[in-house]
Amino acid sequence: MHEMGIAMQIVDIAKSAIPKNISSPRVESVNLKVGKLTAIVPESLRFCFTVVTKDTPLEGAKLNIEELPVVALCEECAHKSTIENADFSCRKCKSGKLKILSGRELTVSSIELAED
Amino acid sequence: MEVKVVRRVLDANETMAQENRQSFAEKGVFVFNLMSSPGSGKTTMLVETLKRLGKEIPTAVIVGDICTTNDADRLAQTGVEVVQINTDQFGGDCHLGAHVIRRACQDINLDAVDLLIVENVGNLVCPAEFDMGEDRKGVVLSVTEGEDKPLKYPLMFRVCDMAVLSKIDLLPHLDYDKDLAVKNINTVNPNIPVFCLSTRTGEGFDAWMEWLKNQVAAKKKS
Ligand SMILES: Nc1nc2c(ncn2[C@@H]2O[C@H](COP(=O)(O)OP(=O)(O)OP(=O)(O)O)[C@@H](O)[C@H]2O)c(=O)[nH]1
Ligand SMILES: [Mg+2]
Ligand SMILES: [Zn+2]
Repeated sequence: MHEMGIAMQIVDIAKSAIPKNISSPRVESVNLKVGKLTAIVPESLRFCFTVVTKDTPLEGAKLNIEELPVVALCEECAHKSTIENADFSCRKCKSGKLKILSGRELTVSSIELAED
Repeated sequence: MEVKVVRRVLDANETMAQENRQSFAEKGVFVFNLMSSPGSGKTTMLVETLKRLGKEIPTAVIVGDICTTNDADRLAQTGVEVVQINTDQFGGDCHLGAHVIRRACQDINLDAVDLLIVENVGNLVCPAEFDMGEDRKGVVLSVTEGEDKPLKYPLMFRVCDMAVLSKIDLLPHLDYDKDLAVKNINTVNPNIPVFCLSTRTGEGFDAWMEWLKNQVAAKKKS
């Protein structure tokens, strides 16, 4: 439900990443990494992105979303588990003492500019 | 041409949350962010909590709502300072961001309070994503919602430091597996306490109040 605000932030980040020496830049795609533990609905984010890119150098750009799994490190046995089905326990020793290593990312990794 | 960026989208909120945290630390205020889906019983629980606290701990409340001041009015009747945020002015947001909390704090004398409670906007998804610089987060789940809510909304239950299972006075009338609900909460977050409460009978309030008072005391000491 906060995807509109997120889409606006993404546009700001992408715009500020455009090299200053390009006269009429056009962004073809924005590459985004989204952890599976974020409160983001990709479909809704894509929709908002289309809306907020209107009349910007990002108009028509593709939003590529790479979903990242939730990975946690066990603080008891040091085993790394991929968390699925909301079961936050170590796959090996069942301990609940986990440190989340990834899964909450929401990062613009790169943008692609048209070459013309 | 590809341009590398690598910037976290929520950086602005994170930075401001960190600044809030710093200022709460300087003032020695314990900040508690209470979240739930709409109608789980946050306001009722807080009103009852504030009544029980009486003058023991100087408290202020920030309450977020998309519109109306109903909750603020109910809370203000307990005599504590209440700041109402209508997220309408912030684009009808579904959560309270760190900047909104900072704004609200301008209306509160933080030197005079030891406890600041934030009742977040009723929503089990978005508020979980946004830090505001609080010390602890809590989530309320009522027994009229499904036992599987924690598994459906893992982020919320994962980021919280405690959970409340509310409206337990209704259990005799429902086909609800309370133990399963608690088990599901602890599947997502194995180490957090779960307080089973009823604002109607007062059941469970002693344990929750003790937890809260201990948190406030620990913050004051640090
Ligand atoms: N039976 C019963 N009803 C309760 C209890 N706590 C709250 N309620 C009722 O649940 C309804 C919603 O309670 P609120 O406290 O307004 O819930 P809320 O989470 O603050 O709601 P929003 O701020 O709108 O998200 C009200 O009608 C309350 O009277 C309880 O312990 N038992
Ligand atoms: Mg309320
Ligand atoms: Zn382990």
